[in-house]
Amino acid sequence: MILDRLTSLAAGPGRSPSANGLSRRRVLQAGVAASGGLLLSLSLPFANGDTEAADAEGFSPNAFIRIEGDGRVILTMPYVEMGQGTYTSIPMLIAEELEVDLTQVRLEHAPPNEKLYGNPLLGGVQGTGGSTAIRAVWKPMRQAGAIARTMLVAAAAKRWNVDPASCHAQNGEVLHAPTGRSAKYGDLAADAARMTVPETVALKQPKDFRLIGTPAKRLDTPAKVNGTTVFGIDVRPPGVTIATLAQSPVFGGRVKSVDDAAAKAVKGVRQIVRLDDAVAVVADHMGAARKGLAALAIEWNDGPHATLGTDNILRELEKATLNSGAVAQNTGDIDKAMASAVTKVEANYQVPFLAHAAMEPMNCTVHVRKDGCEVWVGNQVIARAQAAAAKTAGLPLDKVVVHNHLIGGGFGRRLEIDGVIRAVQIGQHVDSPVKVVWTREEDIQHDMYRPYFFDRISAGLDEKGMPVAWNHRFAGSSILARWLPPAFNNGLDPDTTDGAINLTYALPNMHVEYLRVEPPGIPTAFWRSVGPSHNVFVVESFMDELAAAAKQDPVKYRQALLDKMPRAKAVLELAAEKAGWGEKLPQGVGRGVSIQFVFGTYLAQIAEVEVSKDGAVRVRRVVCAVDCGIVVNPDTVRAQIQGAIIFGITAALYGEITLKDGRVEQTNFDTYQMLRMNEAPVIEVHIVQSGEPPGGMGEPGTSAIVPAVTNAIFAATGKRLRKLPIDSAELKSA
Amino acid sequence: MAFTIKVNGVDRIVDVDGDTPLLWVLRDVLGMTGTKFGCGMALCGACTVQIDGVATRSCITTIDGIGTSEITTIEAIGATTAGAKIQKAWLDQEVVQCGYCQSGQIMSASALLASNPHPNDADIDDAMSGNICRCGTYLRIREAIKQAAQT
Repeated sequence: MILDRLTSLAAGPGRSPSANGLSRRRVLQAGVAASGGLLLSLSLPFANGDTEAADAEGFSPNAFIRIEGDGRVILTMPYVEMGQGTYTSIPMLIAEELEVDLTQVRLEHAPPNEKLYGNPLLGGVQGTGGSTAIRAVWKPMRQAGAIARTMLVAAAAKRWNVDPASCHAQNGEVLHAPTGRSAKYGDLAADAARMTVPETVALKQPKDFRLIGTPAKRLDTPAKVNGTTVFGIDVRPPGVTIATLAQSPVFGGRVKSVDDAAAKAVKGVRQIVRLDDAVAVVADHMGAARKGLAALAIEWNDGPHATLGTDNILRELEKATLNSGAVAQNTGDIDKAMASAVTKVEANYQVPFLAHAAMEPMNCTVHVRKDGCEVWVGNQVIARAQAAAAKTAGLPLDKVVVHNHLIGGGFGRRLEIDGVIRAVQIGQHVDSPVKVVWTREEDIQHDMYRPYFFDRISAGLDEKGMPVAWNHRFAGSSILARWLPPAFNNGLDPDTTDGAINLTYALPNMHVEYLRVEPPGIPTAFWRSVGPSHNVFVVESFMDELAAAAKQDPVKYRQALLDKMPRAKAVLELAAEKAGWGEKLPQGVGRGVSIQFVFGTYLAQIAEVEVSKDGAVRVRRVVCAVDCGIVVNPDTVRAQIQGAIIFGITAALYGEITLKDGRVEQTNFDTYQMLRMNEAPVIEVHIVQSGEPPGGMGEPGTSAIVPAVTNAIFAATGKRLRKLPIDSAELKSA
Repeated sequence: MAFTIKVNGVDRIVDVDGDTPLLWVLRDVLGMTGTKFGCGMALCGACTVQIDGVATRSCITTIDGIGTSEITTIEAIGATTAGAKIQKAWLDQEVVQCGYCQSGQIMSASALLASNPHPNDADIDDAMSGNICRCGTYLRIREAIKQAAQT
């Protein structure tokens, strides 16, 4: 699992990622908040590699809970909200054990400080991603809530001179039933801060949860329906100007010349900033900046990638897979098993570059002065943003203040800091604060893309048609090799192979190889469902091919391989039952299935897809069964799966970034299309009750839907699609 | 040159070129950032406002073409009957994820409901398919519009 490996990176060798073995003293301290209330400082497990080595003085908290005199509970948290519901589900964990109403909990963005706020599941990077938030804080946040409650009860008992055991906490108060006394948390907070931190606290049993497992209302919704939410793009520091930019259309190109006379003449344009590889127009408003940008005459030196096309990249990847790569998994004896197989099945697959296209275009506001720099941005890696701004501006880290904001869609794009660097480069030439806003065209053409992958895969089947050998080799970019270099070892990283190795299926002889091939000049980055976005498509499509070769039903074929994986088998069977698998469908309509275990979550999907005579594909209905362990907020789980499915269908039907003459060919939502309301299928989500620890929910729905759709197309038409996106021309009836 | 436009019932004077899109006048000149930029080409609907009650993409609506028409934005749509119903339904159905496109979605949905109190699925598709939601909240938007229509 990717997460275990990243956790061990953060923890250092030989340390268990479990929080159970940690002494209370080292993971939590209590004290008096600056405001006089109770302050709990938490050290989420393995936020940095020195946690265990540190003595008591070296305690490194990375999350803070304050209980104020007015009873408010304020959580300073290292995760950002970008639609996934974290700002509701994490407060639910605290509120559950603390016995307060959810609405009493308020969140503050953590300031950039990797030492304090590093994410144990992201190799210690202060980041939000990889569907990790709930998994990282599930236990420590509840423990903190329970400890705070215990200390508040102790403070009340001391004040009343009664046994703490005769008191209980409820709805933000401590009550002493025998005498009918009560005290609000706010009144007790200062006293509680002086109580001893309990050595052990008992956490609630799931059957006693009153909040966890309920569809609690999201805390961030009201401001998002009345227009008052301030996203990064909405900040307006006094005196702010607006800039937009043109970057070299070819990656790695440079500005040769700029004629800015016409641009400068545009009303509202203040300044043209010329950088090595970009030109920005600074204006009073974006209308003038865009008009100025259109009036610029820029000549570019295209540089070494001027003739690059997608075809070149595909050829390189294809060629690379003719050689052996780093072995990601080797189980049994693949050669012997393949030699003994009755039937052999082989196929090549490929997936394209994809842009993120979050609805909030890339933007970053900066005020660069000689003695300091201020940055306003919505970003998933805020400490990196601060470091990048400091380096670019040539300032010490403590002279850079970063304000993080709600994010109008992340999907991996805001795990990068290229936009911050660019904004600071521009801001260095501007006296006022300047908000740099990418046009949609710049956002799509200068994204950092989900990598292109090329796969060769083969299997040997026995006389019953069941797989006895599974051989998979693929080539493409390693994002982690750039993003977190220590995670790339011996030619492998845990993300690129996630979903291709350690499959849920019983495959006695299995061999998987990966070849790192970086596309020249093209930046690659995480994209919703990351490694599995590629691997699950290949694995689940190919499993479908094997079922077809064996002339067996795709669900029954998979079931037979899941005897040792009861949770996987259960979601498959639940999805099949709810979807009416096997029931008759009209001509041109098919059902396709997929199953996966990634991000700690078991998930099966069945898509019902209609293919018209002209090859047009319509996804009519999707049934999803999910076992993500204990569910914190079932409505958020449903919302994330619904959204992830729409995101995946968009990629399956339309998603493709192509290059010609070194330039990205897609520009805006007309050439990089999104699924729309009239194309959205009915989606049914069935959640399996479970007592297992929570799995990730932000991403799994995306990787699972793509093969479910292409498998359904196979069922409807007999045509197997091995290349994304779906090509309607291939599906036209003869 | 200076233009007088009526935004949420208030006359505002702005001094910009006549071909300046309303979106930037709202966001950058008047500081009303509830209306969002998404594409600049009327492809995504994030910038939707209402002009005389009609859902309109402010990113391609130039300031010199507005005249005395009444502009309503997300900041004031809750004061209309349809807008209030839609906002309540959005909360009840827990529509929102990242929320960035939702100003535009709510402006389109409110205009639909004001002109068609009982829209069917096809009406909803027609009115809402110009608004992209990258988080994929379409199912909940549809349910929320249906809920609002019943209240």
